Amino acid sequence: MADDRERAEILVTGVHKRINDAFQVFDHDLNKTVDVREIGAIVRSLGCFPTEAELLDIIDEVEEPNGFICFERFLPTMSKILMENKYRPIPEDTLLKAFEVLDQQKKGHLEPNELTEYMRQGDEPFTQLEMEEMLSSAVEPDSNLIYYKDFVNMMVLDGER
Amino acid sequence: MGCGTSISTEPQGRAMETEEASSPATPSPALTMKAAILIQGWYRRYMARLEMRRRYTWSIFQSIEYAGEQDQLQLSSFFSFMLDNFTHLNGSGPDLISQLLDPVVDPWLGRETCYELIPVAESYSGPRISFPLSVSHTNSLVNAFKEHQTLHARYALQLLWETKKLLKQMPNIVHMSTSYAKEITICGDLHGHLDDLLLIFYKNGLPSAETPYVFNGDFVDRGKQSTEVVLILFAYLLLYPNHMHLNRGNHEDHIMNLRYGFTKEVMQKYKTHGREILQLFQDVFSLLPIATVIDSKVLIVHGGISDQTDLDFLNSIERQKVKSALRLPRRSLEEPDVSRPYKQAHGPRPGSSHSRRQRPGAQTKRKRHRGLSRQDSGSSSSSSSSSSSSSLCSSRTPSCLSPRPCSSPPPPPVPFSVDGLQVPFLDSLASLPPPSPPRVEREWKQMVDVLWSDPKPQDGCTPNTFRGGGCYYGPDVTQRLLRHHGYQLLIRSHECKQEGYEICHGGNVITIFSASNYYEEGSNRGAYVKLGQDLLPRFYQYQVSRTTRKLTLTQRVRAAEGSALRALQEKLFSHRSELLTGFLPFDHNNTGFVSVSEWAQVLETVLRLDLPWRTLRPHLARLAPDGSVEYLSCFDYMGPGLHLPQVTPNLAETLVRYRTDLELIFNIIDKDHSGLISLDEFRHTWRLFSGHLGVALDDGAIDALARSIDFNKDGSIDFTEFLEAFRVVHKLDKDH
Repeated sequence: MADDRERAEILVTGVHKRINDAFQVFDHDLNKTVDVREIGAIVRSLGCFPTEAELLDIIDEVEEPNGFICFERFLPTMSKILMENKYRPIPEDTLLKAFEVLDQQKKGHLEPNELTEYMRQGDEPFTQLEMEEMLSSAVEPDSNLIYYKDFVNMMVLDGER
Repeated sequence: MGCGTSISTEPQGRAMETEEASSPATPSPALTMKAAILIQGWYRRYMARLEMRRRYTWSIFQSIEYAGEQDQLQLSSFFSFMLDNFTHLNGSGPDLISQLLDPVVDPWLGRETCYELIPVAESYSGPRISFPLSVSHTNSLVNAFKEHQTLHARYALQLLWETKKLLKQMPNIVHMSTSYAKEITICGDLHGHLDDLLLIFYKNGLPSAETPYVFNGDFVDRGKQSTEVVLILFAYLLLYPNHMHLNRGNHEDHIMNLRYGFTKEVMQKYKTHGREILQLFQDVFSLLPIATVIDSKVLIVHGGISDQTDLDFLNSIERQKVKSALRLPRRSLEEPDVSRPYKQAHGPRPGSSHSRRQRPGAQTKRKRHRGLSRQDSGSSSSSSSSSSSSSLCSSRTPSCLSPRPCSSPPPPPVPFSVDGLQVPFLDSLASLPPPSPPRVEREWKQMVDVLWSDPKPQDGCTPNTFRGGGCYYGPDVTQRLLRHHGYQLLIRSHECKQEGYEICHGGNVITIFSASNYYEEGSNRGAYVKLGQDLLPRFYQYQVSRTTRKLTLTQRVRAAEGSALRALQEKLFSHRSELLTGFLPFDHNNTGFVSVSEWAQVLETVLRLDLPWRTLRPHLARLAPDGSVEYLSCFDYMGPGLHLPQVTPNLAETLVRYRTDLELIFNIIDKDHSGLISLDEFRHTWRLFSGHLGVALDDGAIDALARSIDFNKDGSIDFTEFLEAFRVVHKLDKDH
């Protein structure tokens, strides 16, 4: 029993330290607070992948009135998320299938303007900057096409680091 | 198709089921929308991770950079040690070192027209200039440098002489007005990045009466084209003395240049006249004005201020007397007691945390330069005491004829911390009794504060222990100084910023940094700021791209990250013995494993780098199946030289750690710049260096190493190859 408790404690400490590490990277003024706009990056850097809407829920829980998030409030919320393994990443093949859905003619690639049109849809469409960034990594320069299988491969591999 | 293939089993409802009713060729709009949203979400998550990687890459570079700057104090004290202990290196004696550190002005050089004696061959195809300079001269200079040509030594010397003459007429604080031209452009550190300078000129225009410039110091060092950058700046200074202004930076300092590359660059580009050129640069650098003021409202200095900055006093000093921030001005022998109180200094200073981030809670006080401490106990005190008391007990003074100086009163028994030694000029001033520090030191401190200080978010003014000189100044200090003079803005440089600029202290301070890709390709943008009559700053950013095809953000982050991680791996490797000692208490049974927390804790304590160690762990060390860290895997390095049988772990560690310093020393010894030094010289230097460091390496090992490196057995060592062999490559690195 005592062993289990000890193990649990060690686990929790580890989780806390991970959260602390990630928080610190964004804590510019070294006062244990971060700007609310950084929360997305922090949460994602810890391996969680909430949607924008889910992120807003998290922010609601921890935000201070002045638009900052302080570590004391963030820690328990984030610990819970990590322990419960919430917001897991999307498996690679799911991603691939999503691209295949968009590739209506089953060409194996997408045109830049096709992808742009899709990315500009939805409740949270891409900004121009986001679109430009995505195209710059996704478009194969010689053919000016997006070979999405390669694209997904490259990004997933990179993300694992 | 068969039953609805669910693509994911995510309980949160991100499952995408194909609808049986729709034909595979045309998915429903709803499905398309879902797919698009999925991809959006995934991409945003990826970018967030990339941003985090970019951030910690940045932290790595910054913390290593500042940690490296502390090492230069050690080098400086090493040179003093060599000077004071007088060792002949192949008969040319300390002349080599003193020439560079304490040069006696060569009478030949003292004559202005010395350069006329230097012939310019007909075959010289570089730019030819004459004085007074004209626009066609500066144009030809710029074009020539674009083509990687070198300006002939004769013209370089002449240019420097003319610059020296001009600068002598200028005050320490130069005043400018926006009424002459529409806008004044202020640029920050360039550090030998010619591409950035050319990009600025391209975007903003060449310097002229209509396009006045202020360049805020640090033109040289680190980058590979410092010579070209600084010669162009001086040329424009001569062409438009009223519209082109240069402030001195902390790298306009011949000792910094020795360490950070400018000296080497000049010696390589000017094999015959390098030394004379460097001598003149030293004079010119010390003659550069310290500050520029625009419309009596905007103060521009390289580093910043301290709570003791007195601009009126600063304007009155003879700035050219302060040749280098790293050598305290030699006091005359009439004031022998002044240095004593320094050594009696108070023990650990309360504010002296080594971490840049001034963390609450005490940092463990470690001997930063263990070599120096051994030196202290081993030989007499003042031989290792770098500049502050070297004038008292050096081999130069009559009373001390032996290399073991000072039979005068022994140092006080108070075991002052080694920190008191490693920041000589800092400690010395901090411990002086308030009323009247000698004027010379006061002048020197004022200069150092202005060139080396950094702003901090908290109020107050604390010594900048991380850099080893100057202060951290808070918003209150800035506010007070600005108000005192009726100024409204302080523009400074000195610190690399990701966006090329940063505003702090509630808008009172702007940091402007003009060397893009400073740490690594893609690490940061450069910027310049323009002020019009309204004195509202307008920022312009840019980034030089070395490849013709633009790198994606991913590629840039990856490249920078790789480079940062390699630097970090080197740091680990070069502190191997200290780290192993640190792991010991956590691993009594010598299993080779510690927990992740313990591993992180030891690294943080030993290396004193404020980094997210747990996040970085996968790049640095292997995990055992049970989740503990196999800490010896941190030191799994591959590098050709490291496999030589003569290279013990201890030796390897030392070579990696001091590679830059060794390179520097070799460059000095290599008089004919052939890249080769004799075995004797190698042995001799190595012994000196390790003696100073207190590294216990036996002569036999050094000899064996020297001989093994001398591959063609002709008695000389190609030291570039030798040093290259001690670059580290980590086994865990996936790219290798």
